[in-house]
Amino acid sequence: MLIRDGIPTAEDLASVLPSPERLAKGPIAIAECFQSIACNPCTKACPQHAITMEPDINALPKIDPDKCVGCRLCVAKCPGLAIFVVDMTHGENTALVTLPYEFLPVPEKGQAVAGLSRSGEKLGEFRVFGVASGGKANLTWMVTLEVPKELAMEVRNIRVEV
Amino acid sequence: MIRDVEVLVIGGGPAGLCAAEAAASAGAHVLLCERDGVPGGQLVKQTHKFFGSERQYAGERGIFIGKKLIDAVTRRENVEILTDATVLGMYEDGVVTVLKDDKHLKLRPKKTIIATGAAEKFLTFPNNDLPGIYGAGAVQTLMNVAGVKPAERVVMVGAGNIGLIVSYQLLQAGVRVVSVVEAAPRIGGFLVHAAKLRRAGVPIRTGWTVKEAYGNGKLEGVVLCELDEKWQQVPGTELDVPCDTLCLAVGLTPLSELCWQAGCHMEFIRELSGHVPVTDENLMTSVEGLYAAGDVSGIEEASSAMVEGRLAGYAAAASLGYDAERSRAEADAARAELRELRSGPLGGKIRAGLEKVAEKRRNAVC
Repeated sequence: MLIRDGIPTAEDLASVLPSPERLAKGPIAIAECFQSIACNPCTKACPQHAITMEPDINALPKIDPDKCVGCRLCVAKCPGLAIFVVDMTHGENTALVTLPYEFLPVPEKGQAVAGLSRSGEKLGEFRVFGVASGGKANLTWMVTLEVPKELAMEVRNIRVEV
Repeated sequence: MIRDVEVLVIGGGPAGLCAAEAAASAGAHVLLCERDGVPGGQLVKQTHKFFGSERQYAGERGIFIGKKLIDAVTRRENVEILTDATVLGMYEDGVVTVLKDDKHLKLRPKKTIIATGAAEKFLTFPNNDLPGIYGAGAVQTLMNVAGVKPAERVVMVGAGNIGLIVSYQLLQAGVRVVSVVEAAPRIGGFLVHAAKLRRAGVPIRTGWTVKEAYGNGKLEGVVLCELDEKWQQVPGTELDVPCDTLCLAVGLTPLSELCWQAGCHMEFIRELSGHVPVTDENLMTSVEGLYAAGDVSGIEEASSAMVEGRLAGYAAAASLGYDAERSRAEADAARAELRELRSGPLGGKIRAGLEKVAEKRRNAVC
C-alpha cells in the first residue's frame, strides 16, 4: 500500500488511468499523484490548460483527456516526478512511455536500458526512443522508452547499466 | 559602541532572506546576521524541486531559489548582510550581541526578526555514537555543498520528507541506499517522494526501527527490528543489515534559544515539534518589536518559512511606518497564502499546533 511502502495499488492507479478509448487516440499524460499536498506547477505547465485543480492548490490534479495532447511539458515540471506520458498508438505491439529522470549518465537515443516497475524491479531491456532536457534550471530529463504494449502501464523508471 | 539598527534579521535561511527582502522593499534599513559563511540556510543544499505555488517558487530547485533570494537582498542598498556572524545574546535593555571576526558587536535594533530555523533530533539506541552515524542534514551537506561522496551503503532512519529526499539524493550521488526505516506505521513525507525512491529499488519499511548499531571503531552494520502497534520491539524480527553509514532523519526541533533569552512567552507545542514562542497574527512574540518566522516558530515546509518571513518583514516595516498601507496589504496577502498552504489534509498538524498557540496567547492576554 502506497502509504506503507511507497507503491501505488491497482486501485490507486485505476483512479488516474485514461480510458482505453482515449489511449487508442494518441499520447496522454497520467498524473500518478494520489495525495493532497499544496502544489500546483503542473497546472501552470500545460499550454492546453488540460490540467486543473479544484477547488484549490491542495486538490489532486485532473487531466482533461480531450484537451491533453501528450506534449510532455508537465513531465519535467512536476516537483514530485509523478507525471508520465503514455502513447499506445506508437506501434502494433509497442507503446512509448515518457518518464522523468534525474540520474547520470543520461541515456542516449537508441541505447538499451533496464526498464523498472513501480517497485524498482527490472521488467526487461528496452530501447530509448528519445531524450529531452527539461532545461538548465529544471534539470529533469524526459526519457521516452519503447516498451511492449502490455508493459506500458508498468514501466515507470529506468536504470542505465554501465 | 552600540550600533543602532532599524530591522535586525537573525538567520539567513528562507525565512530570514524573505523577511529582509520584504522589510527592505518597504524602505526599512535591514541588518541580517548569518552564522554561516554564506547566506541561504538549508536552501544551499536542497537540489530538489519545491512544491507549493508560483509565489513560493514551486517547481524550482531549492538551490536556485536560494540564489534568487540572495540576489534580491544583495541588490538592495538598504540591506547589509553580516556572514560568519553569530548572535549570542538578547538583553533586557534591548541590546543584541553578535560575535563577528572575533569581535563582540553590540546592536540596538528597533525591530528584530528571529529566523534561526531548526536543529535535527537524535535517536537513542546502543552504539549510536559510532563513527558513520550522521544526521541526514550533515550527509546532505557533504554531498551537495562539499561535493563529497559520503558513504557506500546507507540505511536511512525516517520516512519524512528529509529522509526520503536525502535518500533520493544519495542515489543520485551513486550511493547504495539499502533501506529506509520508519517507526511509524505510515510514511510521513510526501508519497510522491516515497514512490520515486521505491521505483528506484529502495525498500521502505514502515513499522521498523533500529535496535542497535555495531562495528569495531566505525559503523559496520545495524540490526533492524519490527515494532508492534504499541511501538514495542517485536522479538524474533531482527534483521542484520551491513552498512557503512546510518542517517538519522527523525525530525527537527525549533532553534528557539534566543527567544528564551529575550524573555518571550514560550510554550511546548507537540505539533510544532518543540518549544516555540507564542506569536500573534503578525508573528510578533510577547516581546514588543520581536518577531519569529520560519521553523523557529514551528517545524514546517520551507515554502511556509518563506511566506512567514515575508509576513514578519512587512509587519515590522509597517510598524516602523514604512509604506504602511502597502506593507499591511502585503502582510494580509502573506497570511492568505499561509492559510492556503496549510489548508490541505497534510496541514492538519500545523493547524492544530497554531490553534494551541492562539489559545495560549488568548489565555495570557486575559
